[in-house]
Formats: sequence, C-alpha cells, structure tokens
Amino acid sequence: MLSIKNLHASIEGTPILRGIDLEVKAGEVHAIMGPNGSGKSTLASVLAGREEYEVTEGEVKFKGKDLLDLAPEDRAREGVFLAFQYPVEIPGVSTTNFLRTAVNQVREYRGQDPLDAVKFLSVMKEKMKLVEMDQKLLSRSLNEGFSGGEKKRNEIFQMAMLEPTLAVLDETDSGLDIDALRIVSNGVNKLKSPDTATIVVTHYQRLLDYIVPDYVHVLYNGRIVKSGTKELALELEEKGYDWIKEEANAASV
Amino acid sequence: MATAIKTDILNAFLDKIDESNFSSLKEKAQQRLRETGLPGIKDEEYKFTSILRKIEKSIENFSCAAASELSEEDVQESLPQGFSGDYLVINNGKPELNLSKISSQHYKVTLLSEAENQTLGSIAKIEKDPFTALNSASFADGLSISVDKNSKIEQPIFILLFNKANQGEVINSRLLIEIGENAEVSFLENTISLDERAYFANQVVEVKASPNSQTKYAKLQNESRNAITVNNFETDIHRDAVFTSTVISLNGDMVRNNLSLNLLDSGCEGNMYGLYLLNGKTHVDNHTNVDHTKPHAESNELYKGILTDSSRGVFNGKIFVRQDAQKTNAFQQNNNILLSEDATINTKPQLEIWADDVKCSHGCTTGQLDEEALFYLQARGLGRDQARGFLLYAFAGEIMEYISDDSFRQQVIDLVQERLGSQI
Ligand SMILES: Nc1ncnc2c1ncn2[C@@H]1O[C@H](COP(=O)(O)OP(=O)(O)O)[C@@H](O)[C@H]1O
Ligand SMILES: [Mg+2]
Repeated sequence: MLSIKNLHASIEGTPILRGIDLEVKAGEVHAIMGPNGSGKSTLASVLAGREEYEVTEGEVKFKGKDLLDLAPEDRAREGVFLAFQYPVEIPGVSTTNFLRTAVNQVREYRGQDPLDAVKFLSVMKEKMKLVEMDQKLLSRSLNEGFSGGEKKRNEIFQMAMLEPTLAVLDETDSGLDIDALRIVSNGVNKLKSPDTATIVVTHYQRLLDYIVPDYVHVLYNGRIVKSGTKELALELEEKGYDWIKEEANAASV
Repeated sequence: MATAIKTDILNAFLDKIDESNFSSLKEKAQQRLRETGLPGIKDEEYKFTSILRKIEKSIENFSCAAASELSEEDVQESLPQGFSGDYLVINNGKPELNLSKISSQHYKVTLLSEAENQTLGSIAKIEKDPFTALNSASFADGLSISVDKNSKIEQPIFILLFNKANQGEVINSRLLIEIGENAEVSFLENTISLDERAYFANQVVEVKASPNSQTKYAKLQNESRNAITVNNFETDIHRDAVFTSTVISLNGDMVRNNLSLNLLDSGCEGNMYGLYLLNGKTHVDNHTNVDHTKPHAESNELYKGILTDSSRGVFNGKIFVRQDAQKTNAFQQNNNILLSEDATINTKPQLEIWADDVKCSHGCTTGQLDEEALFYLQARGLGRDQARGFLLYAFAGEIMEYISDDSFRQQVIDLVQERLGSQI
C-alpha cells in the first residue's frame, strides 16, 4: 500500500530525513518510535504534504501512485489521514461545519454520492460514539479551548468520518490519561480492517499494549536504524534509546 | 498647481449652486468652503485618502447630477429577497416617495424641503468636515425621518439609494433621522450604482437618538468600481440610548467613511462594527470617532478587514474621553488579513483620555492567512480555495451577525461568501 524508498527531506536547507525506507501492506500496523527530534513528525508531515518540507531525494508510492506529486487535499482524498501531533486551533470554524464539506469532497473524489444533512448527522452520531465524543464540542470552534484529550479524540473522530486507507497517528497518545488512551485506541482498533493500514508514531510502549503493532521501527537522526516486532518496543521501554544511538553512531562512523 | 485646480473646481461648483432652499445653511457652508477648500494630502485627516485628487482624476463634470430614470422594478430587484418591511428610495439624492413604501404609523417621513427643521445641520456641523460643508452647501433635498416616542418599529426600514452620473457627477444625499424617547428602530441601507460610470457621492446622515431609544443602522457599500464616495454619519446619542452602526464595504473606487458617535449623557452606549473586503484597487478609509462626554457611558468598536490585490485600507479610530466622563468603558479593535504583497493597511488608534477613572482598551493586528490552519483543513480533504474561504469567513463572519434583519444579513453573507470563495 505504502512504499517509501530512500526518502530525504529538509527544511530551510537543513536535512532532517536522510534516507527512509519503509514498506507498509494492507492490514498491517507499524509503530515508529525514536527519541525526540529524530524526524518522526517530519516523516508524517511529508506523507501528508506539508509544504515547508522539501523532498530532496527518494520516492513515496501510495496504492501505486506517486504520493509526492499530489496536493495535500488529494492525498487525503486518496485515503491518507494524518492525526496531528499538535492539532491546530481554528477560531470560527467548527468541526461539524468544515467536516461536512470535507467528507463530501472526499466522497466526490472517490466517486461516492454526497451525504445530505440528515445522513451526515446520523453518520456523525455513530462515529461520535466510537470515541465517546460530545456533540457540543463538535459545534464549537475547532480545538479552541479543548483539553489535550479532547483534541486527540477529535482527530480520531475525524479519521472515522473520512474512512482513510492509511492512518498516520503522530503521538496521538502523548499527554493522554489511561481512560482517554483506552478510548482513542479503541477507536483506532475499530477502524482497522484487512484493507487498511496504520502507522503509529509514539514515544511510549504503553500505547502498543492497546494498538498492537506488527512491526516496530526506530527512527534516529532521520534514518530507520532498527526494525523488529513488538518485542523491540518492550526492549526500548526497558533499556531506553542510548544503546540504539550508540549502535547507530558506531555504524555511521 | 494642485491648489489652483482645487480652487477652480470648487469655486466653479459653488458659483452654480441653486439657493432657492436651505439658503442660510448653504450660504454659511459656502463661505466656509471658500475659506478652507477641500482637503488635500497635506491635510492630516485625509493624508491617506485624497478624495480631491481622485475627483480631479476621475470626475469630468463636477456639478450636481440630476435624478435619473428609475422604475418600480429597479427598486424591487434591489431589495433583499424576502424583505417585507418599509423602504425609502432616493434617486441621485432626490427622495422618491412614490417609489417608497411607508406602512408603519409610528414614524413620519417628510421632505427636508417641505418644512424647516431646526435640527438640520446642528448634528453634522459644517465646521467639522469640509465634505459635510460641501453637502450642506449644495444639497437639493433630502428626507427627514422621525420615529414617534415610545414606539417600536417592528420591521426594519430600508433606505435604498440609486446613484448614476447624469449630466453632473456630484450626488448629494441627505438624511435627518430623529428617534423619539424610548423608541426602537432598525435601519438598513444599500446604494446601487445604476451603471459603471464614475460619480462622486457625498452623503450626510444626521441622527438624533433621544433618551432611552435603541437604534441600529446597517449599511452595505457595494457600489461600482468607479464610485468615489464620502459618507458623513454623525450621531448624537442622549441619556440611556443605544446606537449601533454596522458598515460592510465591498466595492468602490475610493470610499471614505466619517462616522461619529457623540455620547452626550450618562448611560448611553455606542457601537461601531465594520467589515471591509477589498480587492482590485479599491480604497476604503474608515475614520471613526467616539466622544465620551459624561460618566458611565460605553462604546464598543470592532472593524475587520481582508485585503488583496493592490487594494488599500485605512482605519483611524478616535476615542475621546472628556474630563467629566468618569467610569467610561471604551473598547476598540481592528484586525486585518493581507492576502497579497501589494495590499496595504494603515491602522491607527487615536486615544485622547482626560478622565482618570476609565476602562479603555484598544488593539490592532495585521497578519496573513494562517498557513498551519490552511494545511490542517487541506489534510482533511478540503481544497485549498475552499479551506481559504472557510478561514476567511471564520475571520469575517462575526461582523455580519450584527445585522439583525435576516433577509439583509443573508444578502450580505451571500455577497461576502461569493467574494471569499473566489480568491476573495
Ligand atoms: N519548522 C521547522 N523548522 C526548523 N527545524 C525544524 C522544524 N520542524 C522540525 N525541525 C527540526 O527537525 C528535527 C526533527 O523534528 P521532528 O520531525 O519534529 O522530530 P520528532 O517528531 O521525532 O520529535 C528536529 O531537530 C527539529 O528541530
Ligand atoms: Mg514529533
């Protein structure tokens, strides 16, 4: 589904990603871990099409298409969803307000009929339950004055509405208490299917107790320096990142 | 050299004035104008907005326009869809009572020429602004609207002005509005350009808001690309009265709004809301002035602007708090989004506070569209233009909420959304 080859990206001339290779197949869950500043959010942003990042080398194929060629909105319509590490606050725009337009633009792109107001509302109600979301919150200014947990649940709610094939969750678990974590992970798990894939970017192994990964990758200094199964996450939890850094630094000398 | 041209145009104009009515006001105004002339760019009040230079460039025949042909159909087409209230039609400054609808018993409309009115010229004083003097020196007629005390006018009154260069290109419209004690009324105003030719419309509106009255006045400025307009709006607000102005500026060549709220007593409240969405070369200048003279009065002001292409905006907000006006609450805010490199905004709060126990806040911001928010919406599948439209509407939308009439608000919202959907 997703194939990243030798991806290099920089911001304002500073290289951040220095050769990422990653293959994600339908039905799989990949976890990406790594110390702060190693490039995890950059990778997620490059996949979603954030303009500040310049791809200097490499390619990304999504369902056979050159992803890097597409505008951010077309990537979303193709089925890529990025749950932001820091969801943006937008005064004056409510979730319900923009999401109906978004959902219908996505549906149009996919050749589906638009949802009318009644149908939209009923789909919304159903997806709200998934993340135990309050409707009042959805008619308020987007993310403005939301708690950390509410912002993250709103991200997963939007994901549920947009029905992506590839979900990239950037530290969706950071700052969540156990209850919120359970709700968010539950939402993600219910949306999983044999046809979809998930990339979870996280700092903490505890998320992987809820969203069980098929593969775990460690990103360090803009490269994937180690890959393994979920046992790797446990090892990282126990030993920290220093040994990874040492290995990586030794290898690059 | 500019002075010579200025004197020529103005003197030639003043020499031709018909003084068969309002002669004493006209004479005083003329005399003053012959002394002061029209303001050029050296004039502090008009340094960003040289109406005079615009007139010299674009107006060929600087003399008063005659009323043009106007049909019932023109009127009906121009009212908002679904509007069912009364309306007053003004044709190049000339009131057209037979094209108007006056059904409510609770207010009276008369021609200014019909009966002498002591208030005329006493609120909008000729000394205050040369364009007020110019209107006062040359207007042919106008409307007096007087709302009975203790009455609530249920439906808003729509003031519909039609402008068109016709023989001359100077259009003077004049309104005198007197709101009785405890009365409640809402006015809506729109000006229609009947064709694309340049004209200079110079309006004077005087409002007397009697004690404990409540008045709203919402104005749409969406004239032709070649319209040059000065709008002098002067309001006396008496004890416990509330007056709210909303001005939406969408189109024109050069538009200058002089809006003054005189808070003359305790307990009164003056509100000024404005939105300007400018593109092309449109130039809109909002000069507002609120004068707190007595204790315990309140003023609120919020103006927002979105500018693109090489349009230009000016906001100048004067707040005057006199020594007597303790316990004043005055709030002012001006926020702008610039969408292009060539668009400019000059914004300036001007506070003069002579009382010591006041709450006064002001602020202005000028920024670009929030790229981070734009990306967020795009990442959820919204096209870039649509995402832009959402964000810009989110910024501007609150101003429209101050228009209380549903049909007019919808008309304005449609115009605004159309503009914002297409690159603004
Ligand atoms: N907008 C930016 N401008 C400059 N440097 C940036 C920007 N965004 C990220 N970086 C730098 O890129 C590196 C990777 O950041 P990031 O991808 O956010 O890491 P992670 O998500 O793994 O913590 C860091 O060194 C960070 O300082
Ligand atoms: Mg990050």
